[in-house]
Amino acid sequence: MGLSTSSVITLHVNGEKHTLPVDHRTTLLDALRERLDLTGTKKGCDQGQCGACTVLVDGRRTVACLQLAVAAEGREITTIEGVADGDRLHPVQQAFIDLDGYQCGYCTPGQICSAIGMLAEHAAGWPSAASGDIRPAVGPTPLTPEEIRERMSGNLCRCSAYTSIVEAVARAAEADASSAARVPEQSGEAAV
Amino acid sequence: MREFDYRRAPDVSGAVALLDDDPDARYLAGGTNLVDLMKSGVERPGRLVDVRELPLDRIESAPDGGLRIGATVTNSDLAAHPDVRSRYPMLTQAVLAGASGQLRNMATVGGNLLQRTRCAYFTDTTKPCNKRAPGSGCPALSGEHHNHAILGASETCVAVHPSDMAVALAALDAVVHYETADGQGELPLDQLYLPVADTPHRETALPTGALITGVFLPPVPVAARSRYRKVRERASYAFAIGSVAAALDTRDGVVHDARLAFGAVASRPWRARTAERALIGAPATAETYAAAAAAELAAARPLPHNGYKVTLMHNLTVAVLSELAEEAAL
Amino acid sequence: MTTTAQEAAVRAVGTGHVRVEGRDKVTGAARYAGDIPFTELAYGWLVLSTVVRGRIRDIASGPVLEMPGVVAVLDHRNAPRLETDYVSLLGRPDPTCAVFQHDAVPHLGWPVALVVAQTPEQAREAAEALVVEYEPLPHDIEFTGDHPDSYPVDGHMPGVTDKGDQEAELAASAAVVDEEYTTPEEHHHPMEPHAATARWEDGRLEVVDSNQGATWVVGELANLFSLDPASIRVRSEHVGGGFGSKGVRAHQVAAVMAATVLQRPVRVALTRPQMFALAGHRSPTVQRVRLGADTEGRLRALDHRSVSRTSKVYEFVEASAGVARVMYDAAAHHTENRVVRRDVPSPTFMRGPGEAPGAFALESALDELAEKCGIDPIELRLRNEPDKGPVSGLPFATRNLRACFEEGARRFGWAQRDPRPGVRRDGRWLLGTGTAAASFPAGAAPSTAAITAEADGRFTVRIAATDIGTGARTALTLVAADALDVAPERVTVRIGDSEFGFAMIAGGSMGTRSWSMAVIAAARDLRERLVPGMAIPAEGITVRSDTTAQIAALANMERHSYGAQFAEAAVDPATGEVRVRRMLGIFAAGRIVNPLTARSQFTGGMTWGISMALHEEAVRDPAFGGPVGADLAGYHVATNADVPRIEADWVDDTDPDDPVGIKGIGEVAIVGAAAAIANAVWHATGVRHRSLPIRPSRVLTAGSDA
Repeated sequence: MGLSTSSVITLHVNGEKHTLPVDHRTTLLDALRERLDLTGTKKGCDQGQCGACTVLVDGRRTVACLQLAVAAEGREITTIEGVADGDRLHPVQQAFIDLDGYQCGYCTPGQICSAIGMLAEHAAGWPSAASGDIRPAVGPTPLTPEEIRERMSGNLCRCSAYTSIVEAVARAAEADASSAARVPEQSGEAAV
Repeated sequence: MREFDYRRAPDVSGAVALLDDDPDARYLAGGTNLVDLMKSGVERPGRLVDVRELPLDRIESAPDGGLRIGATVTNSDLAAHPDVRSRYPMLTQAVLAGASGQLRNMATVGGNLLQRTRCAYFTDTTKPCNKRAPGSGCPALSGEHHNHAILGASETCVAVHPSDMAVALAALDAVVHYETADGQGELPLDQLYLPVADTPHRETALPTGALITGVFLPPVPVAARSRYRKVRERASYAFAIGSVAAALDTRDGVVHDARLAFGAVASRPWRARTAERALIGAPATAETYAAAAAAELAAARPLPHNGYKVTLMHNLTVAVLSELAEEAAL
Repeated sequence: MTTTAQEAAVRAVGTGHVRVEGRDKVTGAARYAGDIPFTELAYGWLVLSTVVRGRIRDIASGPVLEMPGVVAVLDHRNAPRLETDYVSLLGRPDPTCAVFQHDAVPHLGWPVALVVAQTPEQAREAAEALVVEYEPLPHDIEFTGDHPDSYPVDGHMPGVTDKGDQEAELAASAAVVDEEYTTPEEHHHPMEPHAATARWEDGRLEVVDSNQGATWVVGELANLFSLDPASIRVRSEHVGGGFGSKGVRAHQVAAVMAATVLQRPVRVALTRPQMFALAGHRSPTVQRVRLGADTEGRLRALDHRSVSRTSKVYEFVEASAGVARVMYDAAAHHTENRVVRRDVPSPTFMRGPGEAPGAFALESALDELAEKCGIDPIELRLRNEPDKGPVSGLPFATRNLRACFEEGARRFGWAQRDPRPGVRRDGRWLLGTGTAAASFPAGAAPSTAAITAEADGRFTVRIAATDIGTGARTALTLVAADALDVAPERVTVRIGDSEFGFAMIAGGSMGTRSWSMAVIAAARDLRERLVPGMAIPAEGITVRSDTTAQIAALANMERHSYGAQFAEAAVDPATGEVRVRRMLGIFAAGRIVNPLTARSQFTGGMTWGISMALHEEAVRDPAFGGPVGADLAGYHVATNADVPRIEADWVDDTDPDDPVGIKGIGEVAIVGAAAAIANAVWHATGVRHRSLPIRPSRVLTAGSDA
């Protein structure tokens, strides 16, 4: 059987289709940054250990550094550039500005994508390691600060804006429970 | 990272055929471990066979009350499933204790079982490692090993298995189903992982080219009251330094049934059968739990810098069993 | 337009403002060094030594040059020559940045080659394929507090200070503490790995870089490459954290070399594992503290000795004993900073350099002394408040530590604290509270700034400041607005570009103070130029300032920020887990420019204290010379789940004689935080932890040698 080390693929990013040849070694992260000039998604470790490259794939938060671009073909990808509704910021984005949920800003796109995905997970009734009784009969866990902390722990912030990040995520969740958990349309609401 | 061929498997038999055709090929599912290992050069496959879209993503109740979990079910979906949460809560807790939300959304059940150790000598290709390069030596023995094995290790390798999920599955008598070109097969989880002996590079009993298709959980009534507790060096997003999966059924002050497994102590999830034997039929007291933990840990052979793990596992076992007993009494 | 007398109704400084670049940061529009596209960009990948010490025998470039996409392999045989015999802002350069100049390897992870290729995938594979043959030599990384090779070093402060008779005062003391404290090797790990893109265009070198000072990097590159500084431009508009690690390093120098050789743009980014060797780190310290006090808890003897470790190529001292020269006086007062040179990478400044590890030791010892004297730890500190610099004898510009403790004690509920250890329990957790003092120098350095009154009525400030996450861009907007007496919305601050002239780096908690002085000076001169009613020409009216003379004229005083740290810790004695349940920091740090971002910086620093107390530790394998698990899974920094609700606030700290009244706040917030947590762990359990981090293994084996 013949070998090929590259493919022409079509990536669906923020509602747009991009057809490009990729070296199979290219991660989704590098494809976004180096090929599509979508540099909002950051490379913090390239090893799945920091969360800076978090994007939504089919509505679910994913680290783009461990996702091969060729394997992402056919999936709906949403990056930080695609979470706002035109000029209207996503409630999570606005809360990060208002409550200073960042400092250097490098982990921020990943934090925001992660928070959007996380709020959808919570809205779908998923428990977390911070949830006490996880039996379904007990019902959904309220989104306490402790829940937010645990659920957001896959996103390191070395400036350590954690306390403000938790406040920002909580405010976004409270302000508009439905829209804060809104996974941008092109990613498909039914993802979780 | 070496250049490689990439194929999406059309179906299970096609996946097996694609891999069987090429000994240099690997299955790719969530990629959370394999892609990382390819970046560090530990894995250098010539072909990836992507099995992520195979129809193995369902969780179904079996007629006998057990659960069939497809191999490509994500860790997230496994943890959130109502039947897992109500019938095997330790499994949900174990999965949620691992990695991060992002990684759990990507990682699959099959991949989780086959993930490689995070021993830092194994993942650094400039260092000797008997698991990665057989015969090259084990620097962890005389080096940094504060999170290495205390049970079942050998002079050739003291690495620990990193999975949380597999610890719960070990306690639950899970059975792994697989497929090869020769047909289907199954292995109890207890037999999936090979003893370290002097062949640490041989990790599982799966036949060459086998694709894990799913995991079967038998009905385990005692698991309805079960718990997974993990101790790590920060509150989240870190591998265990010790963990316990436990289930306990006490009746009239006596342990009627119990399940116990340890994580981060051995090259495999460690089913604590010695402790289980000491528990069942004994009075449901802290003394019993301590005696059971001590019986299991009598086999521990700590290294110079990981003796604390014996204390940790003892204390954690007693604590988790006591909590389960107290809750049952409420 | 014409100018009018403008009165901003509300002063901008002192009220909270969201970051002016906030929208860019939350939408992904903010471009960091590795984000800016260049046509014909090539990618460089550094190859680091896999031996600890030795010589390079051969580098097999030939086969690698045949690999797909590879355009160059640079090493000591073909790289441009560099000049390293110079002194600049922070002294002599760390030779680690002067890559590919010789065949010697002085530590693991020394850069031995740069592979440049058309794509990052090709560069990575080729770098991994490059065979480097070494002649290994014996190495020694062993570091101990009593190492015979240690020697005292004058770094940015004298190595040794001494007064009085230690032994006599200790002998006469009613209570004595004599303990050893250790802190481990720690790494900065800003979320943005170091990255630089270099290119030559029209005879000028442009470097887009992630650094803490654009003009500083220009100066270093000009010296290294023997270039006219005017021919180099460094830009760093957005920087993803620095914490002391982002100076001139191997990546910029390698990128400039490759761009020079290839005459095309070349980007070099460090990988996260490479940062462990090439980005600097905080040295481990072994500190001995001896305290002697009378029955009232007043210090008679204070002896603080620190030993840190540096490389064989660069002498850097982690001046941990320096904090004692500011904080407490005693009849016999001795401080000493020593180093041992080993075959390890060079350490550097890391958030709270000296003070962070130093205060862990000193403020833990104070807590031990309070226990021995039976005096409340806050009261003990207040009884030992000096009225002048204990070593310098200089007056304090301001010293509002007492106010910090009083406000903090009130808000933390300190008065209700039962001093006995090990008596509070919440389920499986033992609970305790602890406190510690903090201080950090408030220095200033010469800077220049330009302000343009634009024809449209706006003002543009240009200053080669850097915002590494401190909020400096926003703070300078507010400072400029007040100095110009206009609303902040009419001010645009442009930073991160060496074309704007020399300015202090973002470091040493000196940035915002130094830059504000330059901005205020320029604004003052500009306002003098602007006569009400005058027409502004199309190109605007620009005024430049230079604060060199103003800085030189500052009175010689003890200028510091202070703080009182409070922590509540929970310890599970069965598993060794430690969690911080709450923290409060009250600071006296001059005029707070932007309360919103200042609070973030304070709580961020305090979180670093949690991370330092409980998590961070790079463990080197003596056989291989490098840290084991050199990545963010092996080197733990605090996650969100490790950080409780943290409160930070401040007390009035006005210095009427200071030209700006602004002090640095980035460093003081980490100082003392780890001690407060360790003291809380003692209060919870009755067990002292004198070695950081307080990991479960240490809690479980406390009292034994395991």
